[in-house]
Amino acid sequence: MFEETGPVWLSEEVKTGTTIIAIEFDGGVVLGSDSRVSAGASVVNRVMNKLSPLHDKIYCALSGSAADAQTIAEIVNYQLDVHSIEIGEDPQVRSAATLVRNISYKYKEELSAHLIVAGWDRRDGGQVFATLKGLLTRQPFAVGGSGSSYVYGFVDAEYHKGMRKEECQQFVVNTLSLAMNRDGSSGGVAYIVTIDEHGTEEKVVLGNQLPTFFDQ
Amino acid sequence: MEKHCTDSRVKGVSTGTTILAAIFDGGVVIGSDSRASMGGEYVSSKTINKVIQVHDRIFCCMAGSLADAQAVIKAAKFHLSFHSVQMESPPQVIAAASVLKDLCYKNKDELQAGFLTAGWDKKNGPQVYVVSLGGMLISQQVTIGGSGSTYIYGYVDAKYKPNMTKEECLQFATNALALAMGRDNVSGGVAHLVVITEKGVEHVVVPGDKLPRFHDE
Repeated sequence: MFEETGPVWLSEEVKTGTTIIAIEFDGGVVLGSDSRVSAGASVVNRVMNKLSPLHDKIYCALSGSAADAQTIAEIVNYQLDVHSIEIGEDPQVRSAATLVRNISYKYKEELSAHLIVAGWDRRDGGQVFATLKGLLTRQPFAVGGSGSSYVYGFVDAEYHKGMRKEECQQFVVNTLSLAMNRDGSSGGVAYIVTIDEHGTEEKVVLGNQLPTFFDQ
Repeated sequence: MEKHCTDSRVKGVSTGTTILAAIFDGGVVIGSDSRASMGGEYVSSKTINKVIQVHDRIFCCMAGSLADAQAVIKAAKFHLSFHSVQMESPPQVIAAASVLKDLCYKNKDELQAGFLTAGWDKKNGPQVYVVSLGGMLISQQVTIGGSGSTYIYGYVDAKYKPNMTKEECLQFATNALALAMGRDNVSGGVAHLVVITEKGVEHVVVPGDKLPRFHDE
């Protein structure tokens, strides 16, 4: 009766219930994520960067179980390093996505993580790949995580082809802000990564700098 | 909140629907999709009207168990017309919402129904009320419900503005319903919209092929 069981959150699985988005523009990609990591009803990390580098110009966005997602990203990071040495040049985005997909598919019963892979390569420019549950599909943009349900309508309405880099960045920030307002598992700050042929740019948009919308 | 139930299987009836109500300058728009589905596999009706008139200038949309909602609305209509006769004037929108709320709250253990009530009355103009499953009653300027509503929270937050014109509000409501129908497989068909103002009531039906299309269609 007086045993020390510790705080509740220590016995809950740690999830990155989250909002992640990646969008392609002519010449590169923009990735975005929130920063909340929850264990049950507790927020155990409010500033986690869920945009993880797989290679210089290829990033992935993590969602689902934090442990599973991080492990997949680390493994693929290693496999890509080996692969790029073998081929003697920078790997293609499709290769990175395929490596992620192979793990997601092979261990689909044991893992519960969804990674969106996006980056730039010389052959096909900016590309975004979704790898949910082991499928591999290239899309103009992809959203994922628990918060994504709330913004499907918004991204369907607002996305159009031919957006420029700044428009894409604003689109990503708006989408993240809307999702963070509605999803209890998303929040904190917004991390944005822009990748094009010139390099990779990481940015943080703090909570009070996020755009605000209609609040009843 | 990683896992949220978007439809209610407890009573064997799906809440497969998208409903919405929004206030504009001078009136209110209330609307819904028109699909009735069984178990998410079979569409039992493509053109069902989920917007019910409970009085001259007061309409309701139902969510939850359709059987419970229909029974509650039937009782509410009776209460409301009786109340209106006693008061010798058309009922206020909040009266209609309160009647629904009383029924939902007092029978909360047996019922599983929620409502959007929208209308116009002389005292307070256009109003929208939400009666939730347990019997909470709140007033809002714009509100959405049903399984399809999950997908348009972001859109509604971003695009709703207070004091829009009637045309802007109609376009906003049509877009929101079209987006929800595009992502939710148990919402679909046509968009039923009702515009209520001081002058009267106008029904607008937007058939499937006239719904706005977005980038991937």
